[in-house]
Amino acid sequence: MTKNLRVKTSEYVDETNRISFKFNGKIYHGFKGDTLASALLANDVHLVGRSFKYHRPRGIMTSGSEEPNAIVQINSGTNRTEPNIRATEVEIYEGLEASSQNCWPSVEFDIGGLNNFLSPFLPAGFYYKTFMWPASFWEKYEFFIRHSAGLGKSPTSIDPDIYDHRNVHCDVLVVGAGISGILAAKNAAKNNFKTLLVDEKNELGGSTIYENNEFNKIDNKIPSEWLKKEIEELKSIKNLEIKTRTSVAAYHQYNYLLARENLTDHLEAKDKTNKIRQRLLKIRAKKVILATGALERPLIFNNNDRPGIMLSSAIKKYSEFYGVACGSKNVFFTNNDSAYESALSLYNKGINVEAIIDIREQSESKIVKKIKEAGIQIYWSHSIIDTTGYKRLNSVSIMKLSNDGASVTGSKISISCDCLGVAGGWTPAVHLYTQSGSKLKFDEEKKVFLPNKNTSEQISIGSCSGDFKIDEIIKNLNQKLKDTLNIKETDLDNIKVEIDQENSKRNIWLLPSDKPLGKTKPFVDYQNDATAKDIKLALREGFRSIEHVKRYTTTGMGTDQGKLGNMHALGIIADTAGVKMGELGTTTFRPPYTPLTFGTIVGRNVGKFFDIFRRTPINDWHVENKAEFENVGQWKRAWYYPINGETMHQAVQRESKAARESAGILDASTLGKIDIQGSDASEFLNRVYTNAWSKLAVGKCRYGLMLNEDGMVYDDGVTTRLGENHYIMTTTTGGAANVLGKLEDYLQTEWPELDVYLTSVTDHYATASLCGPNSKKILKKLIPDLDLSDENFPHMSFKEANIGSIQCRIMRISFTGEHSYEINVQASYGKDLWKKCMEAGQEFNITPYGTETMHLLRAEKGFIIVGQDTDGTMTPIDLQMDWIVSKKKYDFIGKRSLYRSDTMREDRKQLVGLLTDDPNIVLEEGAQIVSELNKSPIEMLGHVTSSYFSPNLNKSIALAVVRGGKDMMGKKLFVPMENKNINVTVANPVFYDEKNKRLNA
Amino acid sequence: MFLINCPYCGERDQQEFKAGGEAHIERPKQPTELSDDEWAEYLFIRKNIKGVQFERWNHAHGCRKWFNMVRDTSNDEIREIYKMGEKPPSQ
Ligand SMILES: [Zn+2]
Repeated sequence: MTKNLRVKTSEYVDETNRISFKFNGKIYHGFKGDTLASALLANDVHLVGRSFKYHRPRGIMTSGSEEPNAIVQINSGTNRTEPNIRATEVEIYEGLEASSQNCWPSVEFDIGGLNNFLSPFLPAGFYYKTFMWPASFWEKYEFFIRHSAGLGKSPTSIDPDIYDHRNVHCDVLVVGAGISGILAAKNAAKNNFKTLLVDEKNELGGSTIYENNEFNKIDNKIPSEWLKKEIEELKSIKNLEIKTRTSVAAYHQYNYLLARENLTDHLEAKDKTNKIRQRLLKIRAKKVILATGALERPLIFNNNDRPGIMLSSAIKKYSEFYGVACGSKNVFFTNNDSAYESALSLYNKGINVEAIIDIREQSESKIVKKIKEAGIQIYWSHSIIDTTGYKRLNSVSIMKLSNDGASVTGSKISISCDCLGVAGGWTPAVHLYTQSGSKLKFDEEKKVFLPNKNTSEQISIGSCSGDFKIDEIIKNLNQKLKDTLNIKETDLDNIKVEIDQENSKRNIWLLPSDKPLGKTKPFVDYQNDATAKDIKLALREGFRSIEHVKRYTTTGMGTDQGKLGNMHALGIIADTAGVKMGELGTTTFRPPYTPLTFGTIVGRNVGKFFDIFRRTPINDWHVENKAEFENVGQWKRAWYYPINGETMHQAVQRESKAARESAGILDASTLGKIDIQGSDASEFLNRVYTNAWSKLAVGKCRYGLMLNEDGMVYDDGVTTRLGENHYIMTTTTGGAANVLGKLEDYLQTEWPELDVYLTSVTDHYATASLCGPNSKKILKKLIPDLDLSDENFPHMSFKEANIGSIQCRIMRISFTGEHSYEINVQASYGKDLWKKCMEAGQEFNITPYGTETMHLLRAEKGFIIVGQDTDGTMTPIDLQMDWIVSKKKYDFIGKRSLYRSDTMREDRKQLVGLLTDDPNIVLEEGAQIVSELNKSPIEMLGHVTSSYFSPNLNKSIALAVVRGGKDMMGKKLFVPMENKNINVTVANPVFYDEKNKRLNA
Repeated sequence: MFLINCPYCGERDQQEFKAGGEAHIERPKQPTELSDDEWAEYLFIRKNIKGVQFERWNHAHGCRKWFNMVRDTSNDEIREIYKMGEKPPSQ
């Protein structure tokens, strides 16, 4: 039977709004305002999961995002399923289904629980030590590890939700809306700073909003009442934006922060549709005020992980905020006064508190006196040495602590209980602070790391800066606000605070037991099952750096990044190694503070927005004519145009023959185009290309090769002189942006004296490349009055002319070896130009061809494609293109490097042609080339860079780079493949029309 | 994510910029006169300091202008930004 532990009506939980949800298949009820954790606790459910390594039963420990244990999978089997969700953060809604993770077949009976009994054989580093040797055994271990490790299951269907990104700018960002965050935001906004206040919870006020401790007063009111009034006032303040359910995930340099705003996770399925689920806020703040609070520390003692063992502060929150008692027989274990507040909260609601075990010798504060008066037994100077109860705590055993706190004495007392609240002091939440690059220092007295050296405009206030008492918080906050906002007065000047003074603390990182450490299980990292003895083992085995101990023991490496136990791990290392904690430093806290969904990270960049496609102005025609497309950089280029179910090979063979036999047409709009103007334009080209440009006449075109300063080929293309001081340069499709960037770099930084201006015009022109023996006749039909004779319009020259009313720039240049023209028009006329060409070419069977045929035709001619036949290690000499390297020019980019001893080596890889002895075998691009087959190790001479079956030569052809290939003409080599060796012969890379007769055909 | 004060456009997000390596390495005026070692020094050898470093940056997705930056690589503090051709500030 489930008990109802709802003990008090709470203003934050709406008892008129009953909600049913499922946990591990069973229906439970809670109320609007409950988290999954508070609703389960109200139903007396503590056991929610199994631990990672030993599969020990685990319960709910906390009430917030630091939860290490209560991690669930929600909505399994739906497309909204999500793993590794903290039950303490899920707001329940009608229809919510949650289930335990890391257990099989069920959380009640988990086979992996055997690991718990095997634990003497699973010490720290067990996985490293065992599974890494011998290496060949990994395959056998892998199955076991993959099945026993891992938390939840990721969704397998498409995420139905919408995610969004937003850029946010503000003067002041306040992170955390507890008492200090609220006061800071209020004063910032009132002083005309555009302020943004964010908090991960759905209610403002942090822990003060349910602080009903009668011994603390602000302006004569109990803190919760006083703060409610402050929050009410916030609503009327201008300049202030408040975002709840918004968790800051990352704090980068220059006050750039990423926050996730949760918009629909608390709604039931029918209300989630067509809404943005989560929004990533990219915040750039002039000033950041961190009010991230503090996390309560557990205490480290034997078997401190059983369901029913919780943080004392969480018990208080469940009692005061959710109106839920976490147990019927409660015990607290503490080293400071805060457990007494939790005990008092339960006592005031009539819930049984059996005892308080306090490791201190005494405390005389008002609240301790009150507890004594209430007749609750306090065991001073005692420690818990063991607990019992496998799936739910049922007793604790205590003994008296020795004076030095290192051992226990006297007789054992057993106290029966079903819930234990532990209070080990407070750890300031400095995670975001350190992410920003700011540095911490260790406060030996308070035993906390505190903000020390800020790197950006930021302050930390409240408990994240080490102020734990309301009077300290308000006093220090007031001064910090005045300093950072440069204001003289604040609301805080006249606030009167009375507080109950705590007068003793005691800190023991690892509490002793009556058993030796080796026989106990004091957990430090609950999620990863790292115990104090694992940490000591790591130290014994020689690990010293905190980062190494962390990785070896996996302490702090779970999804919670060890928010609860990291300080204890450090303390235990310091005590054991005899060093000061401040000298050890901390491990690095990395973003995100709490996990982010992939959806939030990618936002709207999904589907067709994942990467941007560029399409040419002629694209629609290609689509209408059933072209297949290939991606070239961001461009979608027509690849080939299959007719009547042709395969790619068939289509390419047909297109290639047509282009050589009659006429072909290619959409060349994607080629990069840079407009170059200025009185030094010719000199500029002289410096960036390997060949000479000064003597190029107006109206003429020239092929150019561009190198990097290291002498390696970078890009190529034809540049045309349009006027005395005006050129248009074409670049490769993929290289356009980089070439422009490189040219700008030289112009601005090395040669600022040159009068040259560069403008990218790639998108401004559409280009149709008309080629083949009938191209001239087609162009004649299009422009009857243009003299196309070789005398007037020779190869490598340029004319301006009109087709109808469309102005054209026509270059007679060729990448196929055929007589051909590149016709450039304003982009918006591209499709019209293309159609006119197709119409005029119809009688010549003009054939549109794609990039594959273009590649084949140029390979027949031995023309290189930069990036396919070159790879950043090829000089023009390696490419056998010595003819294009000017000997006369004093300098050009990369020239000096062509004379380095390494680039002058004779045995560099050089571009050659390759013919297979069997003309029907087409080599694979990338295949390796060798000269001897029966040698071991086999020596690789090079590889195939381009390979096709040439329909015009009726044989297979290939380009390859081969070590010393230049001097190997006619030599027999081999291309070894998986199941055969292919015999090949080194050949001239120009396979077709070596004398270039067809250019003028 | 840096906030970079482009000398031509003002403060912009780092994602608009491209880093261009060490600053004040002038391309030799007469490369052909240099030995292999001297040329290699220009071509390949760069400092990689933990501390104050002089760097070239380009406002690639903005005005496309190159400029110089003095940055402390140990904490990413941008100490100074100045135009190409201007003298480095004495640090
Ligand atoms: Zn700019």
